[in-house]
Amino acid sequence: MIEIKNISKSFNDRMVLDNVSGVFKKGETSLVIGASGTGKSVLLKCMLDLVRPEAGTTLYDGRDFYVGDEEDKKDIRREMGVLFQGGALFDSKTVHENIQFPLDMLTEMGEGEKKDRVEFCLQRVGLEGTGGRMPSEISGGMKKRVGIARAIVMNPKYLFCDEPNSGLDPLTSIKIDELIKEITDEFEITTVVITHDMNSVLSIGDKIMFLHKGKKLWEGNSQTIMGDTVPELEEFVFCNKALSLMRAGR
Amino acid sequence: MLSVIGRYLIFLGKLFTRRESLKVYWKRFIDECIGIGVSSVFIVAIVAVFIGAVVCVQTRANLVSPVIPVYVVSNIVRDMTLLELSSTFMCVVLAGKVGSNIAGELGTMKITEQIDALEVMGINSASYLVLPKLLAAVFTFPLLAIISGFLGIFGGYLAGTLSGIITPEDYIYGIRYSFIPFNVFISIIKAIVFGFLISTISAFQGYDTRGGALEVGQASTSAVTNSCIAVLIADYLLAELLT
Repeated sequence: MIEIKNISKSFNDRMVLDNVSGVFKKGETSLVIGASGTGKSVLLKCMLDLVRPEAGTTLYDGRDFYVGDEEDKKDIRREMGVLFQGGALFDSKTVHENIQFPLDMLTEMGEGEKKDRVEFCLQRVGLEGTGGRMPSEISGGMKKRVGIARAIVMNPKYLFCDEPNSGLDPLTSIKIDELIKEITDEFEITTVVITHDMNSVLSIGDKIMFLHKGKKLWEGNSQTIMGDTVPELEEFVFCNKALSLMRAGR
Repeated sequence: MLSVIGRYLIFLGKLFTRRESLKVYWKRFIDECIGIGVSSVFIVAIVAVFIGAVVCVQTRANLVSPVIPVYVVSNIVRDMTLLELSSTFMCVVLAGKVGSNIAGELGTMKITEQIDALEVMGINSASYLVLPKLLAAVFTFPLLAIISGFLGIFGGYLAGTLSGIITPEDYIYGIRYSFIPFNVFISIIKAIVFGFLISTISAFQGYDTRGGALEVGQASTSAVTNSCIAVLIADYLLAELLT
């Protein structure tokens, strides 16, 4: 379980996150949604301690992530997997080497064991036989899959996905969403997804947190989001024409 | 300005804290030696041979007095090459080649979140990415300076003897005449200092990049400019200190 408590962060006197709190449970796919510039990615960076908030804390199964130095945090970091918006694959390494990288750096596993683990992860994300390719030789959707494979190679307890659908066609987006959901259920991971994609919201949101201008305005799930009456949330959800027509009963 | 220098010093400190295992650095060090050192041999050789040749021809053209012996030409070529051309001039050229490469690579890694990916794994990205580059530069720049020094003098020999402005015997005599071995040591010391400055300043510019492709380009330009300025200032200070 991940618990964020009263996170606040500002840049140049502009409040980006204002006292945001929430709980993300084990085995659930939790979504943080909101329009662009509402602080979703900053919240994720605060949770990963890539950006240190001015106030508040993040607890990983009760362990305060902001206490102690980087050596102390290593144990928690080893339990994390992160899928970055663009995949963040290392350009100079092959797909196989990218996935194996955390194993090389953070474990004492033998070469055979590492190879097996990488093959398992590649197979799990549906990319068997692509290990020898370079990141520049694969499509955007495949990069996301490789990013997911690298994120899960260490058997993480916590999985973070920053806009996993950005730049993808609707069909590939749905497949990536399904993959994230399946992996979360299969490995009982605490998954946090940052998104503004309504397809994701409606299909994989076990829990949804809505941010608006740096504040948490609403919390619920994919069943309750359509019926709620928070004006900012309504505006966000029903700016989609199809959903708007659906609500109007046409 | 002071804040940039402060951030640069903090960045240098980060290179030596929370290091990874030696095994990790060894492989990256070898890769960087190839990228920074071996791949620069060609440009260094070309520059050194031609600069040596030009110095020889220009010196002879301007030393027309009959009271000055002709072997002074190679004497000047030798001292200029060892004291300035093989270290300072070569490093200004390398600031362009190596510096822009380092800044561009790290800048791109920064804006595509590859550095963040390393950080969330608990890896000290500055140390992992930059320390091997720094060590490779400090190791290979003196070797390049030695190659450059040799080829600069050889370039002068070729130009001088092929154009007939100096005989091979006079050229060799001039090179041996009143030779100070310490000048070779000065060249190596300079190359080590310049290697450190170019690799760390360029890495800092790349690592500090924020934004997109435009900022990566700006970081590369700043890396070359700032490295050249630092090399020239250090050159003056070392000249005061060592001669």
